[in-house]
Amino acid sequence: MTMLEARRVTKTFGSLVAVNDISISVAPGELRAVIGPNGAGKTTFFNMITGFFPPTRGEIVLQGQDITRTSAQQRVKLGMARTFQITEIFPELTVRENVRIAVEAADGFSLRVFASRADHARLAADIDAVLAMTDLSGKADRLVGELSHGDQRAAEIAMALALKPRVLLLDEPTAGMGEQETFQVAGLIRRLHKDSRYTIMLVEHDMRVVFNLADRITVLAEGQMLADGTPAEIADNPAVQAAYLGEAH
Amino acid sequence: MSSTDLGAAAKPAVPSAAGGRGGAAGIPFTTIIVWALLLSAPIWLPLIGGYTALASRVVVMGLVAMALNFLLGFTGQMSFGHAAYFGLGAYGAGLTLRYVANSTGLAMIDGILLGGVLGTILGALICKRRGVYFAMITIAFGQIFYYIAYSWDGLTGGFDGLRGFTRQPIGIGPLVIDIQNNGTLFYYFVLAVFALATGIMALLLRSPFGRTLLAIRENERRARFLGIAVDRHIWLSFSIACFFASTAGALFALLNNFADPTSMHYTLSGIIVIMVVMGGMRTFWGPLIGAAIYVVLQDYISSITVNWMSFIGLLFVLVVMFFPRGLLGMIKARSAQ
Repeated sequence: MTMLEARRVTKTFGSLVAVNDISISVAPGELRAVIGPNGAGKTTFFNMITGFFPPTRGEIVLQGQDITRTSAQQRVKLGMARTFQITEIFPELTVRENVRIAVEAADGFSLRVFASRADHARLAADIDAVLAMTDLSGKADRLVGELSHGDQRAAEIAMALALKPRVLLLDEPTAGMGEQETFQVAGLIRRLHKDSRYTIMLVEHDMRVVFNLADRITVLAEGQMLADGTPAEIADNPAVQAAYLGEAH
Repeated sequence: MSSTDLGAAAKPAVPSAAGGRGGAAGIPFTTIIVWALLLSAPIWLPLIGGYTALASRVVVMGLVAMALNFLLGFTGQMSFGHAAYFGLGAYGAGLTLRYVANSTGLAMIDGILLGGVLGTILGALICKRRGVYFAMITIAFGQIFYYIAYSWDGLTGGFDGLRGFTRQPIGIGPLVIDIQNNGTLFYYFVLAVFALATGIMALLLRSPFGRTLLAIRENERRARFLGIAVDRHIWLSFSIACFFASTAGALFALLNNFADPTSMHYTLSGIIVIMVVMGGMRTFWGPLIGAAIYVVLQDYISSITVNWMSFIGLLFVLVVMFFPRGLLGMIKARSAQ
């Protein structure tokens, strides 16, 4: 049983082959990291999984269902939620309102004008639950734009969780963060994985984060799959070492 | 747009972004002042040299500006062709009175439907594009209606406009309200329609639907990846903005007993945008204030000089340079500090 699968996925931009014939399979409850040097095709691969654009060849499969041509919006309904490398939030709204918009979108309220008292209570409970899960309860009424990078990322993850996803897709969740904030976000991801058993796939640049978090790691280099295995296997893999040392890390 | 700057400038714990909401007592301060001034206008306006028809014009132009702001300020999509739906409302009402029936009510309904339904149909095409393309298509469709009205002499009176109709008294059972000859009664009729229209807009903006529109305005990509049907929401917002613009247009035809092609021209569309920006496009009542300034200045200055538009232009430049959030937006930001 697999949760999420990519089958021989290729993406070309003109004559450039950004991602070449990559297949992976993510089990339910697994935390999978995709890593690679700059230009390895990580983000391109990730964008095909999340429906930002379709692959040139190959298939994306979610729980046995082919979603290769399914729109991003429709993939959310099927249980996929993503965050972005550059945090995508509503900075002029409060944390609670950010999460409320996501909760309402997930519950099919985004086209509704009226909501009953019971609906309001249910939505409020959902919002509070997500805020608690991401440690944002105490900051719920602050504008997201005023928060630290780490808290903004937590708010973005909160919005993704509000969609009640089966698969959580995180694009470089610690990008551009300092030590403390990286630690905070990594801790949050670990908790979501261990306590709530979300299936998580993340693309990451920071190796320390990945080796401490992931169940399995997929390594890409120059659009090709270089290796796929547990953190221990990847650490010992000579091809991976060559690729990373060759990039002068 | 730098998020941190805006976040730092707008300090209040209660976000005023949604305009109509905010006050602890339920009804915001601005709303109370606006309604007090509007309801008492026939009393105080003559004292400062105004007249009731001027107040009616302010309310009508305020409504079309607020209608556009539903799309521009609260959904983040720029239409430069909104006068078309205003003009369609005017022709719908005028043609009904001229050719179909002597009924103000029917004229209103026809005007609203003509602009609203055509806007909804075209909106389905327009909402597939964004940014400058969205704006260009709205201009293009707007100009189509302008040339139809201009060229179809037999029906619309062409360049000279549509004449030969007058608004009719309204009968409610045995009660007859003579809005035909009594300007003050007509003003209150306009105000009642305005109240209904703005009430519906406020209700929509405070609902989950309205919050979703704000989300699209703030960050369309984020909204799409929350599973929100962005195109459909923008289409609905466009449609709503057209229905209320044509409502204002129908009132405009009744006010002047006249409809002409210039009320569909993109020049007027631009003027409506100016009203919105001048008053404050992130605020609920800002466009009404922008419309009031525009209409009153036009009335006074155009009696002094034919170059009145250059004064409006100068004022617009000053407002945009020194009050980029518009006049009401500026006042609100000041008072929140």
